[in-house]
Amino acid sequence: MPVRVQSEDFDLTREVAQLRAAQGPRAAQIGGIATFIGTVRDINDGSGVSSMTLEHYPGMTEKALEDIVTQARGRWDIFDALVIHRVGTLHPQDQIVLVVTLGAHRGEAFAACEFIMDYLKTQAPFWKKEATPAGERWVEARASDDTAAAKWGTAASNDATKS
Amino acid sequence: MAIKVLYFAGLREALGTSGETMELPVGITTVGDLRTLIAARGGKWAEQLAPTRNVRMAVIQLMVPAHAPVKDGDEVAFFPPVTGG
Repeated sequence: MPVRVQSEDFDLTREVAQLRAAQGPRAAQIGGIATFIGTVRDINDGSGVSSMTLEHYPGMTEKALEDIVTQARGRWDIFDALVIHRVGTLHPQDQIVLVVTLGAHRGEAFAACEFIMDYLKTQAPFWKKEATPAGERWVEARASDDTAAAKWGTAASNDATKS
Repeated sequence: MAIKVLYFAGLREALGTSGETMELPVGITTVGDLRTLIAARGGKWAEQLAPTRNVRMAVIQLMVPAHAPVKDGDEVAFFPPVTGG
């Protein structure tokens, strides 16, 4: 159940290969691998974004990600999952986050991957600050992320107010 | 014994500090009590930690509601709603 918070970029192909190799002989039972990559956009809330700085809570962030993966493994029959989240200063088109889930079939792999992202958005302590032409601003939490997390049926509100 | 209080992101910037160590006064038993105590300093503390402000709380690195207990030696954190991913 690898979880990593790092400033360095990641390589999807290499990470998937390593996660599959780590499964040993049961890797042959994997029939579906779902991957999600979140990337930096050059616009948000109508303003151009030239860069973004991600802050986290060392220690708690890793625990929160591990807890989210544990919850996903409790809900779906997946072999393993990987979460990598970058911190520090990133630029448009940079990769921010990677989620990989390994399942026997696509159904559980897709579902677990989406669940991990929805929970990460509302439960893992990361904060984004954007650089725009008008200056720097902290990104506000979105109520739509609360809604996405709520569809999984547990209380995971981030108390976001922005729609 | 004392507790460690941490502030993150916009809250850290507005308060001008990433954290502090403080003695836990008698009668302060929950993280909500602690928030009220710190807000009572007035000024930026009152403004940033006001009940109307959307502040998330963690005790020993676990997100908790305001009624969660706080005891000597705990690490407590206050921060805005999270925006990762």
